Amino acid sequence: MDHLDALEAQSVYILREARARFDRMGMLWSLGKDSNVMVWLARKAFFGHVPFPLLFCDTGKKFPEMYAFQKRYAAEWGVELVVEDCPPIEEIDPTLPPASRSAARKTEALKRLVARRGLDAAIAGIRRDEEGTRGKERVFSPRGADAEWNFRDQPPEFWDQYKTEFPPGTHIRVHPILEWTEIDIWRYIRREGIPVVSLYFARNGKRYRSLGDRDITFPVDSDAASVDEIVAELERTRIAERSGRAMDHESEDAFERLRSAGYM
Amino acid sequence: MTETETARPLVLVVAGHVDHGKSTLIGRLLHDSGALAEGRIEAVRAMCARRGMPLEYAFLLDALRAERDQGVTIDTARVRFRTARRAYTIVDAPGHREFVRNMVSGAAQAAAAVLVVDAVEGMREQSRRHGYLLRLLGIGQVAVAVNKMDLAGYDRARFEAVAADARAYLRGIGIEAAAVVPVSARAGEGLLGPSGAMPWHGGPSLADALDAFAPPAPPTDLPLRLPVQDVYKFDERRIVAGRIESGRLAVGDTLVFSPTDRTARVASIESWNAPAPVLSAGAGQCVGIVLDEPVFVERGHLAAPPDAPPSEASAFGARLFWLGRAPLRAGRRYTMKLATAACPVEVRSIESVIDTDDLSRAPGDEIPRNGVGEVVLRARATVALDDFAANPRTGRFVLVDGYDTVAGGIVSMAGHLDRRAGPARVSRNIARVEHRVDRAARARANGHAGAILWLTGLSGAGKSTLAIELERRLFARGYQAYVLDGDNLRFGLSSDLGFAPADRAENIRRVGEVARLFAEAGFVVAAAFVSPYRADRDRARAIAPEAFHEVYVKADLAVCESRDPKGLYARARRGEIPDFTGVSAPYEEPADPELALDTGALSVAEAVDRLVRYVAAHFGEPGAGGRQGAPPPVPRRP
Repeated sequence: MDHLDALEAQSVYILREARARFDRMGMLWSLGKDSNVMVWLARKAFFGHVPFPLLFCDTGKKFPEMYAFQKRYAAEWGVELVVEDCPPIEEIDPTLPPASRSAARKTEALKRLVARRGLDAAIAGIRRDEEGTRGKERVFSPRGADAEWNFRDQPPEFWDQYKTEFPPGTHIRVHPILEWTEIDIWRYIRREGIPVVSLYFARNGKRYRSLGDRDITFPVDSDAASVDEIVAELERTRIAERSGRAMDHESEDAFERLRSAGYM
Repeated sequence: MTETETARPLVLVVAGHVDHGKSTLIGRLLHDSGALAEGRIEAVRAMCARRGMPLEYAFLLDALRAERDQGVTIDTARVRFRTARRAYTIVDAPGHREFVRNMVSGAAQAAAAVLVVDAVEGMREQSRRHGYLLRLLGIGQVAVAVNKMDLAGYDRARFEAVAADARAYLRGIGIEAAAVVPVSARAGEGLLGPSGAMPWHGGPSLADALDAFAPPAPPTDLPLRLPVQDVYKFDERRIVAGRIESGRLAVGDTLVFSPTDRTARVASIESWNAPAPVLSAGAGQCVGIVLDEPVFVERGHLAAPPDAPPSEASAFGARLFWLGRAPLRAGRRYTMKLATAACPVEVRSIESVIDTDDLSRAPGDEIPRNGVGEVVLRARATVALDDFAANPRTGRFVLVDGYDTVAGGIVSMAGHLDRRAGPARVSRNIARVEHRVDRAARARANGHAGAILWLTGLSGAGKSTLAIELERRLFARGYQAYVLDGDNLRFGLSSDLGFAPADRAENIRRVGEVARLFAEAGFVVAAAFVSPYRADRDRARAIAPEAFHEVYVKADLAVCESRDPKGLYARARRGEIPDFTGVSAPYEEPADPELALDTGALSVAEAVDRLVRYVAAHFGEPGAGGRQGAPPPVPRRP
């Protein structure tokens, strides 16, 4: 088995564990490259099927290309899509820095989805190498009654024995691609032929490395106009993936605050 | 594809006592090897400036604000770095004793470890505990980094003393240190190349030591172990899903599923978006298989080759590390998760509590938080597992208490009964003596064949009552009949045995042999034994397969308990009888008995009538067809 085979096998194992243990579950489909890989891995795990709904927290501020992509592939892949509109920014903690506050709208929508659908588990496509606090996550990560992440007291997790027992009113975040890196994702997209939103490919010397809301996401300088060129670029670059995501950089612990309050 | 694309990074854990410089060492490795993203070191410099402190490399990993504010790593972090030779994923394990559970979570994924030891402080409590835990987690490749050599004046004698101490401890737990390297993480000495400050060190740099570690090999050479994760019904296919933990699997292979002992062949290996049909798979791969027979299979079952199945036991030894807040005590019940199986277990005894500081073993009543000890566990049902030494993947488990994982353990079958193991050893210098009077001659003389009616069921189900009455009725009709009763034999032949699974198995083996002798002598033997384990009964059948007839004397536990002829249930409920079948030990119902008698519905007379008719139909009847007319034994199973 090569590295991608091993990563794929681990993700498939995690998804099947989640499916075996949780009755009510949904997968967050943000339409970005990572969540597309994650949906693809679910189809690998379940032999072409996605046996749970895909959840989309709509900020109303995604790029038009992303909405078009969603419409096309939800139909093509035959998945059940559940859309939750995010609450207006006025309802979000005003002490957060502006971009974080904007991003936190998604947390609120997710909380509502979890409550309304009585979810035991939400599958999220975060990766350790994206950002420091995500690096410290568990594969099966318990969330409190208000979806909060208690990073000071995470459960032990070893030998692939995941936390599947939790008190009523709380839920588990399942992270099947936690161990993947950005370049792993692109190499897998290339190997499997997984479709991605066109914004990742360079136009006029710019491309998006990470996709979020229009107003808080910025492109990076790049000439990589194909998957091959993106892989080649990533083999060379020393620029951080999320450098174009404003909410990561507003203050020393802005992202940590977002995540401990339940952000993905 | 390039080599870097296909190679799997070696996962390396950096462990050791709090404040011995683990995070600093990793941060420095990242920085010096050019693994950091642009702007990272500047961001850390700014964080340090805000706190009025010099550049702290540990902040590269300590992503939580609380970690930076307190200067202590709370949870494990993972980072990538590469040497000229290969890529690494480095796991930073917290050294504070409060966070041992996080250390274990990080370390368990590693193929190799670096134990960081402060040159000034030397080996400390967590240095040793971490070393011991690495061993329990199955990590045998360890290099030692003697850090902070700058604070020890780069003194060679100090290094040698700490190195000798570390080597000796690791040797005591069965680990030969791959290398011991003097370094100063803060000063960047001895990490990626030879140290200018320590020219006396002729050994490798830390990077050289890492590059010498062997990459992990998936255990494809061990017998197949495929724990069933789930069974799907997609598109008319019934797909058994799981990950191959060891060995290999190919279309056409016969599998035996534990603990049901059902067998089936692999008809196909299913896949989606694969470049070609999958005909075989090996350790580490997740598969979905379709079987040629619709045998009952569910999550928790374990598929294996029929000639190399796992052990089956309901009691076994384990060495475990305890992470629970309250100490582990004998008598407590937990849920054990082993591969995909989950079942209730009880801690029957604590055999020893291990002091990880001096490796001494002492008897004890409890294993404290973060402690290590040896215990005996008893499961409610038969569990398929392997001795850790035989197969680590199916020889390790976790214990769950309520919502929480509280322990990890490795299985030792030494001194415990493996129901799959064969009967007792057979001496070599013996030969069978042929009888001049054979079985057929005896059957002609008696008018019936010799046979064994094996009455199994719960205590109080009526086995002895039926056996004694059957003996009386058969004798009155001219049969050679005899009762072998559980209690009676335990006064003599089995007076040295108790009721633990191993003892029960030996008792049943002896009874099986005695019953065979009686049957060969021409008797109809009524053997009345609780014999709760299917594997034991199957072994008794194997001793005399042509004569053995299993009779399930069936009654609900509530019925048996209300009868309680010997007052045993009452005592068992008071906790006075350990291992009491139905109360504190399992009863495995016969899957396919030759005869079943429901004594909750039948009177004694009715049940005995059925037994007498069964005997006449299968073994013959004295006088019925004259002395010559007895039919031969009719084994139902060839």
